[in-house]
Amino acid sequence: MSSSESSERRIATLAGEALTKVYRTGVVEVHALRGVDLQLYERELVVLLGPSGSGKSTLLNILGGLDIPTSGRVWFRQTEITDADESALTRYRRYHVGFVFQFYNLIPSLTARENVSLVTEIAREPMDPAEALSLVGLGERLDHFPAQLSGGEQQRVAIARAIAKRPDVLLCDEPTGALDSRTGILVLEAIERVNRELGTTTAVITHNTVIGSMADRVLYFGDGRVIDSEYNQTRRSAGELSW
Amino acid sequence: MMSALNRKLVRNLWKLRGQIFAIAMVIASGVAVMVMSLSALDALTETTEVYYDRQRFGEVFASLKRAPQRLIGQISAIPGVRSVDDRIKYLATLSIAGFEEPVIGQLVSIPEKGLFRLNRLVLRAGRLVAPGHPNEAVLSEPFANAHNLQPGDTLKALMNGNLRILTVVGIALSPEYVYTIGPGALMPDDKRFGVLWLGRGALEAAYDLDGAFNDLSLGLLHGTNPQDVIDRLDLLLGQYGGRGAFPRADQLSNWFLMNEIRMLKTMSTVLPSIFLAVAAFLSNMVLSRLIATDRSEIGLMKAFGYSNRQVGWHYAKLVMAMAAVGILIGWLLGAWLGRVNTELYAEFYRFPLLIFRPDPGIFAAAAIVSLIAALAGTLGAVRKAAQLPPAEAMLPPAPPLYRKTRISGSRFILWLDQPTRIILRQIVRAPFKALFTSIGIAFSVAVLIMALQWLDAIDRIVDVYFYDTQRQDMMIGLVESRSDTALQEFRRMPGVLAAEPMRITGVEFHAGTRYHRGSVEGIPSDPRLQRVYDAGGRVVPVPPDGLLLSTALAEKLHVGIGDTVRVEVLEGSRPKSSIPVVDLYETYIGMSAYMHIDAFNRLMGERGSLEYVTLLVDENQLVPLYRKLKSLPKVASVTLKDAALREFDKTMAETILIYVSFFAAFACALGFGVVYNSTRIALSERGRELATLRVLGFHRGEISYILLGESGLLILVGLPLGILVGAGLGWFMASAMDSELYRIPLVIKASTNAIAVLFTLAATLLSAAAVRRRLDHLDLIAVLKTRE
Repeated sequence: MSSSESSERRIATLAGEALTKVYRTGVVEVHALRGVDLQLYERELVVLLGPSGSGKSTLLNILGGLDIPTSGRVWFRQTEITDADESALTRYRRYHVGFVFQFYNLIPSLTARENVSLVTEIAREPMDPAEALSLVGLGERLDHFPAQLSGGEQQRVAIARAIAKRPDVLLCDEPTGALDSRTGILVLEAIERVNRELGTTTAVITHNTVIGSMADRVLYFGDGRVIDSEYNQTRRSAGELSW
Repeated sequence: MMSALNRKLVRNLWKLRGQIFAIAMVIASGVAVMVMSLSALDALTETTEVYYDRQRFGEVFASLKRAPQRLIGQISAIPGVRSVDDRIKYLATLSIAGFEEPVIGQLVSIPEKGLFRLNRLVLRAGRLVAPGHPNEAVLSEPFANAHNLQPGDTLKALMNGNLRILTVVGIALSPEYVYTIGPGALMPDDKRFGVLWLGRGALEAAYDLDGAFNDLSLGLLHGTNPQDVIDRLDLLLGQYGGRGAFPRADQLSNWFLMNEIRMLKTMSTVLPSIFLAVAAFLSNMVLSRLIATDRSEIGLMKAFGYSNRQVGWHYAKLVMAMAAVGILIGWLLGAWLGRVNTELYAEFYRFPLLIFRPDPGIFAAAAIVSLIAALAGTLGAVRKAAQLPPAEAMLPPAPPLYRKTRISGSRFILWLDQPTRIILRQIVRAPFKALFTSIGIAFSVAVLIMALQWLDAIDRIVDVYFYDTQRQDMMIGLVESRSDTALQEFRRMPGVLAAEPMRITGVEFHAGTRYHRGSVEGIPSDPRLQRVYDAGGRVVPVPPDGLLLSTALAEKLHVGIGDTVRVEVLEGSRPKSSIPVVDLYETYIGMSAYMHIDAFNRLMGERGSLEYVTLLVDENQLVPLYRKLKSLPKVASVTLKDAALREFDKTMAETILIYVSFFAAFACALGFGVVYNSTRIALSERGRELATLRVLGFHRGEISYILLGESGLLILVGLPLGILVGAGLGWFMASAMDSELYRIPLVIKASTNAIAVLFTLAATLLSAAAVRRRLDHLDLIAVLKTRE
């Protein structure tokens, strides 16, 4: 690979080496990952593309400290987190990782601002919740409860909640999966802005190929492996996308 | 072939086993308490009836000074009389080797040829007395057991001034002495009072009653009114020193037994009803929440084309299966405990037989109440879910709407961290759901308090009866009334610090149409030993004239201070007089009445008479005092306060304490069931939220805080509420238990409340720990990946 030489000089925020994951349900073994190597570099926005069941969510969960690989190793910067215990993984998630899910997973009993505060209260150098919310364009809806927000707005609260701790990595699993395209683009714009302005290493899972064009790099998944990768010479801005 | 739906049912049941167990505990508690109490009560009532019937327990009783046997013909001729049993009965002081304290024996004659007409003995060991052997005696079993006496052993009896050595030939039980209570005692004391059956000839000779009798027992023809027989009998016995005939209902042993059964009846209907209602309410609440979490499955089933009725039936089966587990456990536990309880009673009352045939109706009633409560809770929730269009039901419920309220927007809330805000908003948003948990907790605390307050009430009864009223160490009963020179004699005895005279005489009180058969106690003015003590905390002065009535007696007679009561004395010259009521006092035990002893003696036409002496003694000189008392022919009975108190405690321990501990255990099960279920349901309702927090980097302890903190807060609300409800239930029980024998004071000590709270807390901690274990194993990915 011609690009590997140049990338060694950059610092990998997250790295996985020969990752496999086998789920055993009864007698059936499901090989979700069959040996994945990858690095996510600082400030990079990577899109993981692939059909459902191709292993991308499993990879994201392992990188985010939600799951442990069957074999292989995971590093966060210089620290190996492969064998970290429950409590260390919790600290890892608390201080370094921001998650965004397809279903927004907001706490219904807390307002937008409070949902963000939930994270800033336990983070080390968080931004002001209001600041995080205005970063995703919700500066006006601080005191609304989730039930009073549209789907796109709820997802942007989720993004604000994920980035308010100034995470080192932002992991988004199908962030637009439950949204129409117009709202989806609003959400992608928020992610893009966070990546540009805060320099957060960002990974976005999607099966929507259009979204790939906003990435620095696109990884194609199939059958538990990375089957291809592609660098975009120029990132298209989220606002230009349509599907 | 099992349908897919039924297979789902079975698997759901298995998946929910933890919760089913907890719900079953709640249901089982209610069912078990009801089955236990009612089956024991049934058994006790039935056993008594059968025992009385088989042994031909008399229906009318009378005692008199002396009557010739030829009178029997006239008594038999009274219409309605089926059989007559004339006996000789006397009290005697006994000496038993190795036992220093005086023992009182009730001597009762039995036909020497063993031809009982009434009140047949049940021989437990040995044989009946043989004709011509005046020194043979049959002992009552509890008394023989208490002194470890066997056939062949001997004991000494002071009979009519003569010391006799009696040989035990048999051990027996009698329906007349189910409850063997000595003179002036409150509880059976088998060490110090026992019944001895001797041959008729032996007693005739000992007491110079050849061809005569001094006690009667009658059997009646079916459908005879005992009062008619009593009236005629009293006319016949009047000139022979009759003390007034009385029906079986007033016979001492039976009166106590019936009073106990009545109390038990109240206890075993009121308590379990409360318990079952509480259990039903809780299972209803728990199930309705459980079913509500299943709404998307209900939508799915409807989408496939199942009708509302089919869906409803499906869940009804689920709930019936759950309830069935509880009912089954409750039945088994209740039947077993009922049996244990009945055996305890049988042992306590010395029944020679035990009939335990629990009525299937009790089982059915308990099951139906529980089942209906469970189903009602479920069907409401199912209907609500089934009313939604399937598409909507299948969606996860819209995020619940939270709004700014005065509380949620107040300055106070800004002080709180987000997890605490989550807890508070959760409660504020669904206050009724939250309230149910608190109410559940409150009820388990309350039931526990209701059970435990018995101990406090008994403590208080003991304090008032044995300490505030009775300051004496012992009470001596004399064979017949004596002049007050006898008092001087007692004062000179070894170790006697103080002695006061007392009379206790059987009387009938009449006020208008109301009547009570009891006794008047004559005591000196300003008594220092036996006092008139009002339970409110007042020593009532004894006026030179007039009656002092216990409030219970005054209520029964419908009289107050200033009214007059007609007193008809049943002994001596049987004087009658109308006496004004001067003062009232509250008692917890019995329905006593007092008069100044001089006024009473004037009424009797006697001067300076006494039948009892109360003594305050020096503990170090008890042995010589006992020896002296045992040698005096005029001493008929000795009642030791310490012994009476010990017996009281022992009896309470054997009956009420056991009952109370059953309730305590059930109340704990209730508390556990409520907290486990409500927390467990909250977990399934909010597992997603909690998993999200874990993903966001919250530690296990921190998310446990949100879930268990909410339960904790609701429990904190529930505990004081429980103390309030407990006081209410306690009051209800105490007023339901009022009887002629006892008034139960409502006393709840702070320690009782504390124990109830601690027990409930322990039960809730246990269930919190179980839920915490689940929280620790929350599957983060699965929760986030699935929609709901």
